[in-house]
Amino acid sequence: MPAKTTSLHVNGKVERVAVDDPDMPLLYVLRDNLQLQGPRFGCGLGQCGACTVHIDGKAVRSCITPLSAVGKRKIVTLEGLGSLDKLAAIQRAFIAEQAAQCGFCINGMIMEAAAFLAHNKNPSEAQIKQALAGNLCRCGTHLRIVRAVKRASASA
Amino acid sequence: MLSGKPNRREFLEATGILMVSFSLPSFLRADAQSAVTSKTVALDEVDAYLTIDPSGRVTLYSGKVELGTGVSTALIQILAEELDVPLASTALIEGDTALTPAQGKTWGSLTIQNGGVQIRQAAATARQALLQEAAKKLSVSASDLTVEQGTVRARSGGKQATYGELIGGKNFSLKLDKQAPLKDPAKYTIVGQSIPRYDIPPKMTGQFTYTQDFKAPGMLHGRVVRPPAMGASLQSVDESSVKDIPGVVKVVRQGNFLGVVAESEWGAIQASRKLQASWSAWDGLPEQSKLWEYVRATKVNKDDVTSNVGNAEQALQQAAKRINATYNFAIHSHASMGPSAAVAEFKEGKLTCWSASQAPHDLRTQLAAMLGIKGADVHVLYVEGSGCYGRNGHEDAAADAALLSHAVGRPVRVQWMRDDENGWDPKGPPTLMDLQAGLDASGAVVAWYSQLYVPEGGGGNVKLLAADLAGLPCEKGMFPGNIINNSAIPYTFPNVRTVAHRLAETPFRPSWIRAPGRMQNTFCNEAFLDELAVAAGADPFEFRLRYLNNDPRGTELLKRLMSLSQWKGRSSGKSISGDISSGRGVTYVKYELARTYVGAVADVEVNRKSGEIRVKHFAVVQDCGQIINPDGVKNQIEGNVVQTVSRTLKEEVTFDRSRVTSLDWASYRILTFPEVPDVDIDLMARPTEKPWGAGEPAAAVVPSAIANAVFDAVGVRMRSVPFTPDKVLAALHSA
Repeated sequence: MPAKTTSLHVNGKVERVAVDDPDMPLLYVLRDNLQLQGPRFGCGLGQCGACTVHIDGKAVRSCITPLSAVGKRKIVTLEGLGSLDKLAAIQRAFIAEQAAQCGFCINGMIMEAAAFLAHNKNPSEAQIKQALAGNLCRCGTHLRIVRAVKRASASA
Repeated sequence: MLSGKPNRREFLEATGILMVSFSLPSFLRADAQSAVTSKTVALDEVDAYLTIDPSGRVTLYSGKVELGTGVSTALIQILAEELDVPLASTALIEGDTALTPAQGKTWGSLTIQNGGVQIRQAAATARQALLQEAAKKLSVSASDLTVEQGTVRARSGGKQATYGELIGGKNFSLKLDKQAPLKDPAKYTIVGQSIPRYDIPPKMTGQFTYTQDFKAPGMLHGRVVRPPAMGASLQSVDESSVKDIPGVVKVVRQGNFLGVVAESEWGAIQASRKLQASWSAWDGLPEQSKLWEYVRATKVNKDDVTSNVGNAEQALQQAAKRINATYNFAIHSHASMGPSAAVAEFKEGKLTCWSASQAPHDLRTQLAAMLGIKGADVHVLYVEGSGCYGRNGHEDAAADAALLSHAVGRPVRVQWMRDDENGWDPKGPPTLMDLQAGLDASGAVVAWYSQLYVPEGGGGNVKLLAADLAGLPCEKGMFPGNIINNSAIPYTFPNVRTVAHRLAETPFRPSWIRAPGRMQNTFCNEAFLDELAVAAGADPFEFRLRYLNNDPRGTELLKRLMSLSQWKGRSSGKSISGDISSGRGVTYVKYELARTYVGAVADVEVNRKSGEIRVKHFAVVQDCGQIINPDGVKNQIEGNVVQTVSRTLKEEVTFDRSRVTSLDWASYRILTFPEVPDVDIDLMARPTEKPWGAGEPAAAVVPSAIANAVFDAVGVRMRSVPFTPDKVLAALHSA
């Protein structure tokens, strides 16, 4: 099958990618074609949340989202939220709380929390925990992550 | 992201953080190559650990690596403190076999305690030499000199010289001097401070490069195809089954090692899934439902007597009351969030490997042996990966990448899939302990006798899966870690015998997972001790304090814990509502009976109807001697508690007679956000004591604290990890 060029709307730009399989998960397009390494491969099964990106503002598991399902919708990755020279409030909050150990899951934590906070301005701790119930962390950084999300909600 | 050097100034302004060492390996590597082409890595040479360039920038060369615990920030703090240089003029290169000293594996909570102390001595030696050089250059006596921010000044005024000027682009060419004066801890301004971790900001933005992100020019993508049954032999491969997948470069087969290499990652994944291969049948695993019978029936190769005081067996015979119990702890996976990955390049008879191994120097030796080349022809460069918590699959992915690169002559990146990680990472072995104790008529403990059943072997290099499957040279024997540690107890009973029966085999390739053995053994010992306290009618704090009579630090710690937890005695099954009862449990460890002390009180709620345990709260007091970074230590304690609550309540590797079956997060469940307890921490301040490890010890106390709290809540003993609702209900029904 010859590689087909597809347009994708990512982090505010239209990107053209050559992909030979429309069923290829979005995660690999982002990581391998577009060199965006914020979204991470954790399970490929939609079980852990490490690959989370926003599609039209919703937190979506990119590891089980085929490229063909994205269409013209707008994708935002961790890189699209902010960078070291221009941090988003939620990234700043995670840094202030030192809310990481190995940090491999953090992409998912920030992307899930950002989508959640967009519609929940002043969540309780229990609501934050529920919102992140589908995101796994192995190092046990949960308490700091909850504090960081709380801090971000307070600073928004 | 890989090509751009971060703008240091912008970064500092953005975060307010004073660290400038970036964990972007491409940057560090390029930097290292331009600044240093060859250097000594000898453990007794100052130059092995640090260099100072003419601008005054100090680079730390650490053989210990950052596994996500924050320890590299702490190591830089130690270096900057002892040298009197600002954190902003430091940089770090870690785990590069060509540039960093072989300080041993990053394991066992020893990075600060051993590695940090070596670095401190190197820095003190360097500082002394720089002061002597300054005395000559400035023509003043060394005693008239002070150092501030990397600049040496004469107290009498006027004269000064920077470290950069003093070293003048040269090496120190000095042996580590054990007599070099160390700074008085009372004058510390960096050590003991919660300096923010330098690696956290780029981890929050996607600008951090993990092993899983690392790319080498011209790199191909590899995937492994493991046997469907653990011990199966590869009989045939039908390469035509992947011929329609675009970009497949090669199917690599060597013995029972099978892998695919493709131009794209997705191509490699598809090829690994579609490749048709036939394997022999194999069903050599024990039946999981009879695991403990299997362990008990396994041949014992030797007994290690880990303590022997008085005559425990005789004292048991004569005791007024005897108590027996058997405890066990399931097989666990490291279950790293990111499946293991590595990049390797075999070129002109030499191998370069980028790996998240906790032991780059040992991995070099193993890869050289596997490929039949000299160690000097293997260069391993550490690139931080997803947290490993011990010897997980990182080294095996490195060996996979090495074999595939060797076969195709181009750099190959191997990324394990989730089922590779859960199925094939080496496992924490099953642990079984029989305990017996005797009390006299007054309730005093007169005898303690324990028998531990664990595989033989200690620390070492766990054999590389690829080498084993391919029939290439690899280690023989098992290396589960020093898992008999803490099988002896910290209590002074008159008759004690603790024996470890070392087993000839165990179902899965064993290795160490955070607090290996120390956690399992402390679970058995501290939960059984709670049984004795109840039998003696004693308060669990009072009971422990009674038998800790020669340990003032342990005694002080327990008293602090009583205060932190607002201990008012057992709550003994206070009903919360309906079917739910609450309870509290106490526990204590002196890690390896030689270092870090931890005590904890767990608060739990147990649902009698569903069997569900909710761990609500942990109070933890820790004494790890001198603390380098208090927030870093707290982060580790929180992590230890949460991760170990997960291991205690949920985790268990499942298997059939052929293979692991807990291959994803639905079948190997870990704790989720709504289930996480709150944690209160009190750190004992011991700034003038030796620094001890903090990455593991708090994990050791968690299972027993929960077991003891469950007993307090509902009156049943949980003696088998994980404490699943089924086991709780079974215990309640038989009570």
